[in-house]
Amino acid sequence: MLSEASNGEALLRRAETRRRWSLAMPALIVIALFSILPLAVMVVYSFLTPGTYGNVVWQFSLDGWFSVVFERDLFDDTLGLADAHLSILGRSALLALATTGLTMLFGLPTAWFIATRPVATRAYWMFLITVPFWTNLLVRTIAIQEVIRADGTINRLLLGLGVIDAPIQMMFTNGAVLLGMTYVYLPLMVLPVYAAIEKFDFRLAEAAYDLHASRFYCLRRVIFPLIRPGIVAGSILVFIPALGAYVTPRLMGGGRAMMWGNLIDLQFGQGRNWPLGAALSVSLTLLVMIALVLSVRRFAGGGRSDV
Amino acid sequence: MKRNACFLGTAAVAALMAQGALAEGQLNIYNFGLYTPPELLERFSEAYDVEVSLTEFAANEEAIARIQAGGHGLDVVLVSGYFIPAYLDQGLLMESRPNEMENFGNIAPEWASITGDPERAYTVPWVWGTTGVMVNTGLYDGDINTAAIFLDPPEALRGTINLVPSMNDVIDMTLRYIGAEPCTSDREALSAARDLLTSAREHWASIDYASFEKFVNEDLNASVFWSGAAGRIREANPDFAYGWPETGYIQWMDNMAILADATNVENARLFLNFIMDPENAALISNYTRYGNGISGSDAYMDAGLLDSPELQVPEALQGAAIDQQLCAPEVQELYTRIWTELTR
Repeated sequence: MLSEASNGEALLRRAETRRRWSLAMPALIVIALFSILPLAVMVVYSFLTPGTYGNVVWQFSLDGWFSVVFERDLFDDTLGLADAHLSILGRSALLALATTGLTMLFGLPTAWFIATRPVATRAYWMFLITVPFWTNLLVRTIAIQEVIRADGTINRLLLGLGVIDAPIQMMFTNGAVLLGMTYVYLPLMVLPVYAAIEKFDFRLAEAAYDLHASRFYCLRRVIFPLIRPGIVAGSILVFIPALGAYVTPRLMGGGRAMMWGNLIDLQFGQGRNWPLGAALSVSLTLLVMIALVLSVRRFAGGGRSDV
Repeated sequence: MKRNACFLGTAAVAALMAQGALAEGQLNIYNFGLYTPPELLERFSEAYDVEVSLTEFAANEEAIARIQAGGHGLDVVLVSGYFIPAYLDQGLLMESRPNEMENFGNIAPEWASITGDPERAYTVPWVWGTTGVMVNTGLYDGDINTAAIFLDPPEALRGTINLVPSMNDVIDMTLRYIGAEPCTSDREALSAARDLLTSAREHWASIDYASFEKFVNEDLNASVFWSGAAGRIREANPDFAYGWPETGYIQWMDNMAILADATNVENARLFLNFIMDPENAALISNYTRYGNGISGSDAYMDAGLLDSPELQVPEALQGAAIDQQLCAPEVQELYTRIWTELTR
């Protein structure tokens, strides 16, 4: 009797597992089709030979990957590091990091402000945060241009007030790119941080004050560890797209200094070297993956050990 | 490459000109952005009772990638002269024999044969123009028929110079400036060109499809630029003038061709013949501000356009034209590396 029952249970469990898999199957197929397959195409293309007029020739080659890191001197063919690629990657990473830092600087107080409003009004504040998303990225970037260009709002205002005599050159600088990126990615930081702060039990802060914690100490040891998962999520959401940003650097930077995304575009377009473009894209994906794995290891458990 | 100077991204604007349910058929046109006069399409649509749709792209490379992918449903495509070999190599164009069409005789003799399509067996002219330099003569009144405008800029222009991001055009002009030939595989010449470009770079404000208003408002005062676009800026700000570098400037022709897998072949043929008609060719010129390569179209062109200095290459400089071309893959790779180093 007993063994029969457990046998039946096992059967039931197996049926249950099967049912779950078959229910998940449509989602898994979609993921495989739209996420893994394109990536696989990119990986395959990075190992092929460039065609004469763009596209690829189905012939195995490591040249694409080789040129990501190395190059032969234009003049005498001596082998060296592709320092142009490395400096472009360095600039992209630095800019993405700076964007993450700035969105954090502006995003944290914003999220805090919203989360501490009465419950009834919070929805309206959140609604305001999402307003920029209603407009296309290109339009938003051009709007920012309008504000900072030589004949733009800020310069005209300062000239009119007599603060400056000649317009300040703000367009086509690294500062302009950073401003544009911060503006574009700010909501991606505010949303997860807000979600984390909203869940925060403010009685914990009161308890900290009761135990004579200073405001700063309370922020550092009580509030920050508890909202850290939100900050980490926000940073990842901002850093990853910022690293591959294309439109904003192109428009705000004036095209004089490339980002990784523009370099990829160059290889697929005028450069007619698709394998190198594919290898550059895959390297970006790999870098992001490594950064993610590291950050998950570092921040796993959301700082519970500190509390 | 894109001849209009306002950045549209990869705009794919579909302007449907429905002529009611009784239309004879369809024609799907694939052209550069801001390159197709709406009036031309309306006329064609009325004349042949065809429903016309227009899709736009920003660069030849973008267009060919989409056509190779298939399933595009397009019938005619604009192909820059230098890019015709790329299309032919992949068998993407139909041998529609425009040279046997009724209006073929209208093509001006100098455009009846082009390097990429010597017999005109595939393509008909859309517009032609040059890529040279444009300068604000209010700030600099020296000689502007020189590539030194961007390679060794005069003091007055430094810091407000733009380059259109046409890699090959810029490098070709630089090579000619230092006495080498475009698409050369001579490493010494290529590294000299790279060094000259990198040293000039600090004087440039941008490498961009800069919008017209940046020049009109004098945020930018010089640029490597297209002749027609330069004419439009001069009309808004008469201080701007266009020059043809005496060491070499780029001359190009954009052409219309039928795709090998077109579905509306008859309408596409009608369209090619239609744009070789002087009156229709003039419509294209009036809209794009470029010459069109069709004899007799002058009679229908806007007066301001006919005498615009940008379209009249001075006789002494005609020999300096560089026929825009595709470099061999190994040279192209070196071009790309020069460009990468330039914009690193």
